Amino acid sequence: MDEKYLVGLDGSDCGERAVSAALTQARISGASVVLCYVIPWSPFTFSTAEENALRHKRREDELARASELLLTPEQKRFEASGIACEIVARHGHPAKTLAQLAREHEVSMIIVGVLGDTPLKSRFLGGTASTLIQISPCPVLVVP
Amino acid sequence: MRNTVPSKLRLLPAPVLCAIPAAEAATSPGLDERIEGLISPLTDWIQRVILFPTPIPGSDAQMAFVVLWLIVAALVFTFYFRFINLRGLAHGFRLIRGDYNDPKAAGEVTHFQALATALSGTVGLGNIAGVAIAVSVGGPGAVVWMILAGFLGMSSKFVECTLGVKYRSINADGSISGGPMWYLSRGLADRGAALATLGKICAVVFAIFCVGGSFGGANMFQSNQSFQQVVGVTGGAESWFAGKGWLFGLVMAFFVGLVIIGGIRSIARVTSKIVPLMGAIYVLAGLVIIGVHIDQVPAAFALMFSSAFGVSSVAGGMLGVLAIGFQRAAFSSEAGIGSAAIAHSAVQTSEPVSEGVVALYEPFVDTIVVCTITALVIIISGVYVDGGSMSGVELTSEAFETVIGWFPYVLAVAVILFAYSTMLAWSYYGLKCWTFLFGESRGAEYTYKTLFLLFVVAGASMQLGAVIGFSDAMILAMAFPNLLGIYFLLPTVRRELDRYWAKVKGGELPTWRENLRRRR
Repeated sequence: MDEKYLVGLDGSDCGERAVSAALTQARISGASVVLCYVIPWSPFTFSTAEENALRHKRREDELARASELLLTPEQKRFEASGIACEIVARHGHPAKTLAQLAREHEVSMIIVGVLGDTPLKSRFLGGTASTLIQISPCPVLVVP
Repeated sequence: MRNTVPSKLRLLPAPVLCAIPAAEAATSPGLDERIEGLISPLTDWIQRVILFPTPIPGSDAQMAFVVLWLIVAALVFTFYFRFINLRGLAHGFRLIRGDYNDPKAAGEVTHFQALATALSGTVGLGNIAGVAIAVSVGGPGAVVWMILAGFLGMSSKFVECTLGVKYRSINADGSISGGPMWYLSRGLADRGAALATLGKICAVVFAIFCVGGSFGGANMFQSNQSFQQVVGVTGGAESWFAGKGWLFGLVMAFFVGLVIIGGIRSIARVTSKIVPLMGAIYVLAGLVIIGVHIDQVPAAFALMFSSAFGVSSVAGGMLGVLAIGFQRAAFSSEAGIGSAAIAHSAVQTSEPVSEGVVALYEPFVDTIVVCTITALVIIISGVYVDGGSMSGVELTSEAFETVIGWFPYVLAVAVILFAYSTMLAWSYYGLKCWTFLFGESRGAEYTYKTLFLLFVVAGASMQLGAVIGFSDAMILAMAFPNLLGIYFLLPTVRRELDRYWAKVKGGELPTWRENLRRRR
């Protein structure tokens, strides 16, 4: 099977590090890449009737903004290096959604950045990478 | 207590009963009385028609006509849909749990969110005060009938919310609108020219009543009752707040205004998160009290059931008790009123029936679960026997106080928050009906919102007798156009249900887990 990487972006330099690592790896292995941005969201939150009425529209706006501002510029970087690159934006729990996308796209590896440069930070901020390691269907490359 | 209430009052809605002591206390003549003098001939008439006491054959008991109308509809729906209120429960639970959520539709309104939003609009004074009134007026037996009515009401919610989703419309700004005004006008238009006219009339009448209800029972009554509770906890007549209703009303209107005119959504968002928490605290406190007196629970149930059938102290015996229980349930669950369909219709689903099945849980939670807990607490604590002249929130408050001394303060906060969230929810329902009548425009919206805020202040500062009865009648009146139209739409819902149910039973509706397994 062809190599395919799932790269998680989050709009910070943490995602940026994951992108750099993915570029390096893909150049070596000739893998294709699925770039994704997960918009944090839970199906079990409480909202007002007005929010609900506008939700459908908002969701589409959020998805459009994610691909336009975040995913497309990065996609161009990959394509400039001759690497096939798909983009996907989705709402959900970040780690769970990444694992789900990994299954859907049948990728061979997930690449994510991690924020935890101090023990305290890793306790509170490195959650996505740590959870992902536990539930991922494939190897995970965590970029510090 | 039971014998001290004059029999003609038994059939009045809770808010009227609550308002009566307040109205008697009003001694200052002036603005209040002048306003009442102007409005009351009209309001009395409307009230008399809508709450027309209908004699129950074979007894001297009476029931407000609208309650009879609601119960008959709930009964018809329960049989017509072959006890959907029982057979839909398991599937509804799986829908709420998210078993059928499509991962690709993540970010849309889920079944859980639609249900939670609708619930926060209905849970409130109706449940906390309503049971207390049922027990104090009709005795413990009324609770049994209240629960039965809640159970039947589940079928009404099922029909309303299925239709709400089926006939919802997408506005120019991309927002989703649904509810009785849409399913009455569009749904009946599908069924021929004659019914199209009827549908249009029903929709307009519904919208008018809904606007009226949003000003009245869902606004004035709420601000009035939360003010009473604040005065109550801070020392009754000696309270600093006593007689400063206008101030309380202004503060309340300010906070409502911040959200609906100021557009400060974060407050609404925070409220929508605190209200479920308050609900959970209330249920938990109830369970603690029941747990402390667990040995008395069988006796309490025995008392409820034995007094449900034939009580000599209530006019009309068993049927009299039944009438009281049914009436309280109608206020508590709002099933058949149509308001919930507005909140439910934003859900993401291609199957209208799925939201109908989820909506079964609304009366289940707010009328069956919450009411049973409240009733048990009141009966176990015994306060209803020697509670004197207390009724409504005060009685519930007293019952909780017997075990948890500081609970009345929590309850006061909860009552204010429930009132606030009910106002916010209904300001939205009312606005949707207002724009249905007058078209979507900024001018129309601000007119409605300004009127709404004026009624908040009026509700807290005025001692309302007739006006509250009238506004309550407006809420109940929504059931006339709503249910009348629904009868003609029943075959449509039946077709939807049969098709959906065949899909569920035939395994054509895989959960996302099954989907994943199939793909591998």
